[in-house]
Amino acid sequence: MTAPLLAVDRLTMRFGGLVAIDAVSFHAENQKITSIIGPNGAGKTTVFNCLTGFYKPTSGRLLLTTPKGEFHLERMEDFRINQRAGVARTFQNIRLFPAMSVLENLMVAQHNKLMRASVWSLAGLLGLGAYRRAERDAVELGRYWLERIDLIDRADKPAGDLPYGDQRRLEIARAMCSEPRLLCLDEPAAGLNPRETLLLNDLLRFIRDEHNAGVLLIEHDMSMVMEISDHIVVLDYGRKIAEGDPEAVRNNPAVIRAYLGEDEEESA
Amino acid sequence: MAEIDYIAQAKESAIAALVGLALTVPIVGLRTDSSGPDGMTIDVRMLDAVLLAIGIGVGHFMVNLARGLLQQRRRAAKPAIARAANLKSVAYFLGAGALVFGLVLPGLPFADRYVMDVGTLVLTYVMLGWGLNIVVGLAGLLDLGYVAFYAVGAYSYALIASHFGWSFWVCLPLAGAFAAFFGIILGFPVLRLRGDYLAIVTLGFGEIIRVILLNWYDFTGGPDGMSRIPRPDFFGLPFARSSPDGATFHEFFGLEFSSMHRIIFLYYLIFALALLTNVFTLRIRRLPVGRAWEALREDEIACRSLGVNPTNTKLTAFAIGAMFGGFAGAFFATRQGFISPESFTFIESAVILAIVVLGGMGSQIGVVLAAILLIGGTEIFRDLAEYRMLAFGAAMVAIMVWKPRGLLSNREPTVRLGPKPGAGS
Amino acid sequence: MEYFLQQLINGVTLGSIYGLIAIGYTMVYGIIGMINFAHGDIFMIGAFSGLIVIVGLGALGLGSAGGLIVVAIIGAMIVAAAYGWALERIAYRPLRGSFRLAALISAIGMSILLQNYVQLAQGARVKPLQPMIEGGFVLMQKGDFTVNLSYLQIIIVGTTIALMTGFSLLIAKTSIGRSQRACEQDMKMAALLGLDVNRTISLTFMMGAALAAVAGMMFLIYYGVIDFFIGFLVGIKAFTAAVLGGIGSLPGAMLGGLLIGLIETFWSGYFTVEYKDVAAFAILVLVLIFRPTGLLGRPEVEKV
Repeated sequence: MTAPLLAVDRLTMRFGGLVAIDAVSFHAENQKITSIIGPNGAGKTTVFNCLTGFYKPTSGRLLLTTPKGEFHLERMEDFRINQRAGVARTFQNIRLFPAMSVLENLMVAQHNKLMRASVWSLAGLLGLGAYRRAERDAVELGRYWLERIDLIDRADKPAGDLPYGDQRRLEIARAMCSEPRLLCLDEPAAGLNPRETLLLNDLLRFIRDEHNAGVLLIEHDMSMVMEISDHIVVLDYGRKIAEGDPEAVRNNPAVIRAYLGEDEEESA
Repeated sequence: MAEIDYIAQAKESAIAALVGLALTVPIVGLRTDSSGPDGMTIDVRMLDAVLLAIGIGVGHFMVNLARGLLQQRRRAAKPAIARAANLKSVAYFLGAGALVFGLVLPGLPFADRYVMDVGTLVLTYVMLGWGLNIVVGLAGLLDLGYVAFYAVGAYSYALIASHFGWSFWVCLPLAGAFAAFFGIILGFPVLRLRGDYLAIVTLGFGEIIRVILLNWYDFTGGPDGMSRIPRPDFFGLPFARSSPDGATFHEFFGLEFSSMHRIIFLYYLIFALALLTNVFTLRIRRLPVGRAWEALREDEIACRSLGVNPTNTKLTAFAIGAMFGGFAGAFFATRQGFISPESFTFIESAVILAIVVLGGMGSQIGVVLAAILLIGGTEIFRDLAEYRMLAFGAAMVAIMVWKPRGLLSNREPTVRLGPKPGAGS
Repeated sequence: MEYFLQQLINGVTLGSIYGLIAIGYTMVYGIIGMINFAHGDIFMIGAFSGLIVIVGLGALGLGSAGGLIVVAIIGAMIVAAAYGWALERIAYRPLRGSFRLAALISAIGMSILLQNYVQLAQGARVKPLQPMIEGGFVLMQKGDFTVNLSYLQIIIVGTTIALMTGFSLLIAKTSIGRSQRACEQDMKMAALLGLDVNRTISLTFMMGAALAAVAGMMFLIYYGVIDFFIGFLVGIKAFTAAVLGGIGSLPGAMLGGLLIGLIETFWSGYFTVEYKDVAAFAILVLVLIFRPTGLLGRPEVEKV
């Protein structure tokens, strides 16, 4: 058996006296959508923040295994986690570069690749051919994703002017432009209408199936989670209370009790 | 369309005048005078206070009137998008016009020594503005101590040129390198600070440099400054009536000696330096590092999640901005032939920052416009020396209140998929 | 030891003055999140107003020294509060909610404007004032060196303590203080709940200005000389004090003020007078690097 893409091992995060995550362990596989669900305050976003280096976990290990090697995410600086290990994320409150154009947003995501191509700006300043080629390729990658999310007509408009749903998808496309091995999405369906949620589902499936990356998802929209997840991890008060495929989680009594409420009806 | 209610406005302005009176009576109306024989006395000048208060009321009325009329017209005017496109082409023509005008200025009939001096001064500030624009406008780092790099450039030029006697063209890059080095030294510990904290630390750094220049007597001459700084030559040809070691500029070109030669040369020198800054900025803005600067300005956390190293990226912006400040400092030193700490006070930083922000953050042509307005404008009113800085401060407030985003605040994407809009028309 | 004690006394006195100004910075920063760049100039205007009252009433032959100072302090507070109000109204309110740098630039513009306005109205020359309160206690004597605690120093520190106490009570107990704290937390919500946000912000500026005016008066009678430019450096140091103590925190402002005052006096006393400003700034840089929230500031958790 090969090592999983991401192995979270007894991850614990304390803020002062508050234990936000308590010894949580789970795996996320390549080319699978793994969802983390749980009521508000269960510690989902904290898991993400530990994974992407914005918090330093109190204890526990976060091991990412890719063809490039093994990365102990808990020991890396936040920007290196994307740069070296190839973990990209989106945010609950969208964080685009609003004054920059849609395409520029996607170009910034390819920063490290382009920096190398521009030989730390020297070749770029001189306008050498090698850099020009790299830039053209970067634009092409941007075009590819813009076509995918259907924003190609708005490529040169400021990202801040896009409607909410488009901003959500642009943020995912931007994360994908950094060519990650693991994509972490923090409530991507929040605030989307049903049609936009369907578009989002297609996009996530496409990423999983065509892009050799694992997807880690935090989501409140249960119908969406149940529909697209390959594997679900359930958190409650910072602990893992269940995990399994959607069917198993749906029928798990602990989950029903903690998450779906005492009456056993499924809430959407 | 709403009619302007003159009566209500007049009432408001009357209240403004009354408030103004309350403010001016103690400070303007009662002038303390220490020149008399028996200590301090009060010189009562109530008329001045009343006149000033009336002025405030009238000014208030006019501004409101103008604003009302403007609003009426705007409602009738074109939609915003058309205006934006319009503004873009206006900026373009303005830029081209300024470039041509700058090139031919020395040849124009009215370009006497005074005009050339003002032109050189304005261009110096344009260059400083462009340099700071990299730091503030692009990278969004609020630097209130930019004058420190200007000072480092000026003093390193003066020291190197006087001690080693190297030519301007050797000392200039060295001065820039020194300033950039200082930028890195300062930037490294403080660039992680948030906006306002960074502002106050850079301000402190500017003051520290000035205090050191003021007190390190052996090295910098202290408050007396440094004089007899070597003047620039024209690629080895000095601007002098005659020279013991070879031909001078006018001899070489067979011209009549004129003190204007050097002045025009200095003008073109700063013109070229400023242009270099501009071309460099326009280019680097389109490179990954330039885009990362702007992205950092927009959202640092998102940048980090995308693998952009925030410290290094900010540091490059700081160092490059400092380098151009250093170049401008070297030019200042060689032009003046004399420098002292007095030229590098906080007010200089404030003026340069004002040029950047008033022009419209990140806008290159906006910097030119603001420099002409602020520097050229106050230079024209030199006769009213006392009121010059008063007007300067008032202009800063007024422009910000009127246009918080600056005079020209259009942003052009650094890379496009589609063709430029309105390129053909 | 004697020398140390004397420096301590001088440092605490100077620190009181900085602390009073720092409160204005910290309150304004707390409520609108901006550096009130012209606050130092409000301090300067306060000092000038006090001077005008003292010279004016003195010329009319009114009042004893003590009474004169009290009247001058009140006068200075009123004038400075009026200027503080006008400052907010002209340079800040139109830019509220707009671009951050714009407000900073308009505040710097206001600072330049006020300096030159006072220079024009009152003249560029320094204004001397005869010492008004002389004498004091000799605490210790050793050879030639005496440790003095002047009445003036007692008055300055005492007034500062009284004002600080009163002011803390004002913020903690009254409805003005409550509105201020509400605006600090969430301005939009406060407005939705029917709070007059404009009025609260105006009041904040006026209170800060009034305290700065007291500091200005103290500066005037302590040093006996002022000019139109004193606001700049004193203002920056007071801001440094506010940051050092933790911006947004009133006790922090006072503590920061004391520390800056002490650092400055001890540095001049034991090292070099020339570099005393460098010392204050160097401390600021160190604090910001190692404890960005200041000594008493609340840690700001980065929301991701």
